[in-house]
Amino acid sequence: MSELRDLYQEVILDHYRRPRNFGKSPLSNRQANGHNPLCGDKLTVYLLVEDGRVEEVTFEGAGCAISVASASLMTEMLKGLSVADARALFERFQGAMTGANDGVDSLEDLDKLTVLSGVKEFPVRVKCATLAWHTFKSALDESHETVVTE
Amino acid sequence: MNESVHAVQTAPAKPAIEPFDAARARGDFPILSRRVHGRPLVFLDSAASAQKPGAVIDAVRHCYEAEYANVHRGIYWLSERATEAFEGVRKTVAQFINAAEEREIVFVRGTTEAINLVAHSFGRYSLEAGDEIVISAMEHHSNIVPWQILRDEMGVKLIIAPIDDDGELMMEAFAKLLGPRTKLVAITHVSNALGSIVDVREIVRLAHEVGARVLIDGAQAVPHLGVDVQELDCDFYAFSGHKLYGPNAIGVLYAKAELLETMPPYQGGGDMILSVTFDKTEYNAIPYKFEAGTPNIAGTIGLGAAIDYVSALGLPGIAAHEQDLLHYATARLKEIDGLRLIGTARDKASVLSFTLADVHAHDIGTVLDREGIAVRTGHHCALPVMDRFGVPATVRASLGLYNTRDDVDALIDGLGKVREIFG
Ligand SMILES: Cc1ncc(COP(=O)(O)O)c(C=O)c1O
Repeated sequence: MSELRDLYQEVILDHYRRPRNFGKSPLSNRQANGHNPLCGDKLTVYLLVEDGRVEEVTFEGAGCAISVASASLMTEMLKGLSVADARALFERFQGAMTGANDGVDSLEDLDKLTVLSGVKEFPVRVKCATLAWHTFKSALDESHETVVTE
Repeated sequence: MNESVHAVQTAPAKPAIEPFDAARARGDFPILSRRVHGRPLVFLDSAASAQKPGAVIDAVRHCYEAEYANVHRGIYWLSERATEAFEGVRKTVAQFINAAEEREIVFVRGTTEAINLVAHSFGRYSLEAGDEIVISAMEHHSNIVPWQILRDEMGVKLIIAPIDDDGELMMEAFAKLLGPRTKLVAITHVSNALGSIVDVREIVRLAHEVGARVLIDGAQAVPHLGVDVQELDCDFYAFSGHKLYGPNAIGVLYAKAELLETMPPYQGGGDMILSVTFDKTEYNAIPYKFEAGTPNIAGTIGLGAAIDYVSALGLPGIAAHEQDLLHYATARLKEIDGLRLIGTARDKASVLSFTLADVHAHDIGTVLDREGIAVRTGHHCALPVMDRFGVPATVRASLGLYNTRDDVDALIDGLGKVREIFG
């Protein structure tokens, strides 16, 4: 049970049930869709990017606890960052979750995101946690392609 | 549902049925004694693919160790032996589904390939733009997409017969969709996402009245119901070996001989020809005309062993056991607060699809997995069914002959853990 408790921490369940920054923002000027066909998770990330800064991040959609909580936490973390810092955070989160970059990245001292470290013990769920982030990056890059993870 | 269908589908227990001992049969499946995450494996995903009894594993091993060579080719003893065993399975399959002739049995990779064969060969050859194909709202993607490809290529129409809130086919509405342009009805016998058993005998009767042919997707039916293709009078019947406790990548297309005779080949190559010159090729007789290339020899042998195994246990007894378990599991699931069963047809095979309060199916699957319980979570290759019931995904527990009440109890306990974690 303990690994499960690490995965489904109170904070995660709270963000799942009461996602922050949820809904389409009327001010947004960029957006992208993300889709995880395996579990059916679908979400849209909306951004307001101005003067090289991510002024606003919101999302809407439906999915499992991990993907919704991760999206919700992400919006809180990214808001107000410079585009360069936001990209760096994306890289670091991605690296920490997948063990890419020779495993140098970790979620330690990443504030709220540390609650997602339990996901690494569940390899099939890593994509749930990274879906929102990839979708964010796609919106930032204005690639207009639906992000598909499986 | 008419009487004769009930007689074939064997759900109600009758005195003539041999008693079936699931706990004992369970011992025939080596994998069921393994542990997962330190817990005994509780396998509740047989609808995706069933586990294999020792008899099947041994038959495949014996084929490779003692009787393996290419079939239909060599004049040496070993090839003759292999061919005999291989063709023997065709006979086993024909008897199993009561086909009139062995040459009505075409070996394919599985249900998917069987349906694609019919779409390519029968579909392209005998349909025209404006003709109509009727399918149902609860088809597996493999009985949707091949017809969409045909629609886009040839301009045939694809018509969807509705299901009701219990997941039952609406027979009156179905009947109204049939007309002079209906050329094919392609429909599932048992829904993989909902468990609903479709009255295919009635479907065939109605379709034949308007001169349409009928293909039945029997992937989920063959392991649970006695199937008699002559009694059903269907034109095509497709199923997969791996859901019938047999090996992967071997399956069967049954088709009436008169149809196979007129259908053009599906693939070209060795085995499907009588003679080849660069000017002209003469095709082999049915069913070989549809079996280009070296077939799945060991898989076919394994399929024969699986059918022998299931037949020896007795499908009526297996069906009665599974029905009993289904009722038990349904009652126990209904006791759980916030649990919604998706698929509540009166006539149902051993599939339990459900959602639990606001917990996503995927999260339930992860918690159950840590308890050693294997269930399927997601859309079950039936996205239109998920849309119909307004859910993104369900948890699906499906039962096989080896499942017992202990497995159901483990599932219920596992769902208790889900509640504990998700509050
Ligand atoms: C109803 C139904 N039809 C078709 C298929 C496809 O079978 P296969 O993947 O063996 O070709 C399945 C398997 O999931 C099924 O459940």
